Amino acid sequence: MFDKSISELHSLLHKKELSVSELVQTSFDRIHTVDEKVKAFMTLNEEGAMQAAKALDGKLGTEEARGLLFGLPVGVKDNIVTKGLRTTASSQLLSNFEPLHNATVVERLNAAETITVGKLNMDEFAMGSSNENSGYFGTRNPWNTDYVPGGSSGGSAASVAAGEVFFSLGSDTGGSIRQPAAFCGVVGLKPTYGLVSRFGLIAFASSLDQIGPITNTVEDNAYLLQSIAGHDKMDSTSANVDVPDYLSSLTGDVKGLRIAVPKEYLAEGVDEDVKNSVLQSLKKLEELGATWDEVSLPHSKYAVATYYLLSSSEASANLARFDGVRYGVRAEAENLLDLYKKTRSEGFGDEVKRRIMLGTFALSSGYYDAYYKKAQKVRTLIKNDFEKVFEDYDVIIGPTTPTPAFKVGEKIDNPLTMYANDILTIPVNLAGVPAISVPCGLSNGLPVGLQIIGKHFDEKTVYRVAHAFEQATDHHKAKPEL
Amino acid sequence: MNFETIIGLEVHSELKTNTKIFCNCSTNFGAPPNTNVCPICLGHPGVLPVMNEQAVDFAMRAAMALNCEIAEDTKFDRKNYFYPDNPKAYQISQYDKPIGENGWIDIEVNGKTKRIGITRLHLEEDAGKLTHVDGENHSLVDFNRQGTPLVEIVSEPDIRTPEEAYAYLEKLKAILQYTEVSDCKMEEGSLRCDANLSLRPYGQEEFGTKTELKNLNSFANVQKGLQYEEVRQEKELLAGNVIGQETRRYDEAGKKTILMRVKEGSDDYRYFPEPDLVRLAINKEWMDRVRADIPELPDARRERYVKEYDLPEYDAMVLTQSKKMSDFFEVAIGQGADPKQTSNWLMGEVSAYLNANYKEIDEVALTPEGLGKLISLIEKGTISSKIAKKVFKDLIEKGGDPEQIVKDKGLVQISDEGELRSIVSGILDENEQSIEDYKNGKDRALGFLVGQVMKATKGKANPPMVNKLIVEEMDKR
Repeated sequence: MFDKSISELHSLLHKKELSVSELVQTSFDRIHTVDEKVKAFMTLNEEGAMQAAKALDGKLGTEEARGLLFGLPVGVKDNIVTKGLRTTASSQLLSNFEPLHNATVVERLNAAETITVGKLNMDEFAMGSSNENSGYFGTRNPWNTDYVPGGSSGGSAASVAAGEVFFSLGSDTGGSIRQPAAFCGVVGLKPTYGLVSRFGLIAFASSLDQIGPITNTVEDNAYLLQSIAGHDKMDSTSANVDVPDYLSSLTGDVKGLRIAVPKEYLAEGVDEDVKNSVLQSLKKLEELGATWDEVSLPHSKYAVATYYLLSSSEASANLARFDGVRYGVRAEAENLLDLYKKTRSEGFGDEVKRRIMLGTFALSSGYYDAYYKKAQKVRTLIKNDFEKVFEDYDVIIGPTTPTPAFKVGEKIDNPLTMYANDILTIPVNLAGVPAISVPCGLSNGLPVGLQIIGKHFDEKTVYRVAHAFEQATDHHKAKPEL
Repeated sequence: MNFETIIGLEVHSELKTNTKIFCNCSTNFGAPPNTNVCPICLGHPGVLPVMNEQAVDFAMRAAMALNCEIAEDTKFDRKNYFYPDNPKAYQISQYDKPIGENGWIDIEVNGKTKRIGITRLHLEEDAGKLTHVDGENHSLVDFNRQGTPLVEIVSEPDIRTPEEAYAYLEKLKAILQYTEVSDCKMEEGSLRCDANLSLRPYGQEEFGTKTELKNLNSFANVQKGLQYEEVRQEKELLAGNVIGQETRRYDEAGKKTILMRVKEGSDDYRYFPEPDLVRLAINKEWMDRVRADIPELPDARRERYVKEYDLPEYDAMVLTQSKKMSDFFEVAIGQGADPKQTSNWLMGEVSAYLNANYKEIDEVALTPEGLGKLISLIEKGTISSKIAKKVFKDLIEKGGDPEQIVKDKGLVQISDEGELRSIVSGILDENEQSIEDYKNGKDRALGFLVGQVMKATKGKANPPMVNKLIVEEMDKR
């Protein structure tokens, strides 16, 4: 059942060979069977989901059930607010927080009549690359539960890989969709900044955050993006652009496609197996009629430092509202200052505190020019690097991550090694361009991800390449055994 | 005085948009606490601000009326600080690219005009309101005000006396009211003022250390606080002491300023560009559209009153100080009332009543139409000015049509010569001694007799006619 694609499920429902209730129940059965090992879910919405499923069953076979996502169970990352359904961003500080409204993406999924089965675990406030920074528990990699699923959308990627849901929503600030998608062997897209509304996404770094779909296949991914993309008047940074028909780009044809491969993306530090998988993938694309050249993104080497300065600066302000006064867990305190200090000391985990401190420092008077402002300038240079390459090429391709998934506990004590894991995904967020990670092989039984980066708002080309590659290979058919 | 006084003022004025600056909550004043709120203005997780364009228009209009240059490229910044009235723990404000810069207004003190520079005008969101409960271990916060659009207007340190500060505030308030962007009600907090004052020896270019006065609840208290501060600082300096960089408040009861806190260095608000809002590009069309909405401003109106209505400079200045008063004046004379008479009534009886009752012109029953008619009745001789004052009392307290009031109460002036002559005759019959006195050169007797006639007619007799008739009748005797 969990190999089924969105269109297959749709057809089963349409033909009334399957009811929505049965489908949603299958999802919960699977969750109850495997989530003890995978730990992808923070909060389950079993009662609400089953109720909603029953209501939709009544519409089966009618015109109202024509939507492609109708009745399909979905998992939502826990930093996307869901009305009345606990939303913690995997922080202890929000362990009791029930939002008063839905995120725009949730509203759009509701309009498409999907069923939210639950909220997915993540690194606290999306800060982390392994899910070990969750304030509750770490999600495990379904391919090998000794390994991390990646992060911060670890729960979103693991839940799809483990067959608990058919698709999920994640968010990506520096690689948080693509890296876990790569580690878990699923398809994850970080859309162009501004394509998907951020309204209702608990902000980490506002100028970088973007919500995106995590799915089993490229086609499913395009279906999901189709339903959540587009201008939202509640988000001033959401672009007022027409949403194209992504499905129409899934032709399998990449003849004449010009691919750029940045030498920095296959340089030292990139695992041999990963490098080989990427080179094999390029070969496959060549066979399909594409050509590729080595190019340079010369400022990539500054991306990690730039990213940590900017994202932490924004986070230091974005997370300041969590003070225990209006919502969330309030610490017992003697006076106001005490209340702030205790609430935040007890509520936030180490990594969150580390970044708040870094960001506060970078914005402080006397340091602002040297850090925040300088980082903004470098961000422009990195963006220019991409624009220059895109003058001559249709897509940029490289690995999603330098290595496959690492072991739980392996990097948690050294933040800098952990940060370096995002070296290939971060530049994309800084430039604001779209990128997808698709499975491109296994290394010691763990998936490897191929990253395809496109021009601003050119998700169509990204999907076209990813789909052609996927259809020409069997990597996406490999499933973990649980 | 051995020192030159340097004053700078920072005024915050709430813009009267229908909704808040980043959400659709109402900006109505006086709603029950925490009812005009939503997840956005409460800073709930995941919410985003969306700029209210009317707020930008209003800020631009105010900046233009204050002769500011309008920024073609403007942006918003986060000002970070923790406080319970600030739900996001940052205020969305403008740091280095305010909407307006380099403006000025002209003020008049002791008959002399002086130009005061305006450094900048920027748009920001207001914070919630804290109420500290006496004797309790907690404070209350009301977020109704949170997110109300606010302009901050910073003056150049061009003000030299507390009187100039007062005049600046009056003028600024008038301009903001004329442009209809703010109610400027200090008692409702829609206008707030902080004042900086420092002294320096005459001839010295460098500024002395300034103290900041906060929590000033009226223009009069700004002036009084500054007066006190001026003297206090001078005494300190003459005694060889150093002025501390302090925030002080004016204590109305004690008539003195009191130390609130000592400032050590400048606060670090860690400003950075607001990533949730896009930069605003203000093009010429936008500026032209906003400029077209700016109504006649006080200075222009004042000039027009002198030219068009022949009002004295002083009258024109007083009337145009408040837009409401000035608008009232215009409607009243539109009824055909004489401008100078109308001005006299507004500056005299009307202002006296308003001041005595702490009311504004739009808070009483008197309408401009009513006042205009009342003045016309006097001009036509239908009522005497004495009777008019009685009718006025009715009009301002209960309202109504002056003609009707005069009719209903039988207050029409007696101007019929025959009728008056017989009344006069009767009074003279009863007061032979007064006739005697008058003939012996005691002028006071005439006044007494006029008074008797007015009494007998309940004030309705036409006074000049009564005068004339008494003299005529006495001469006959």
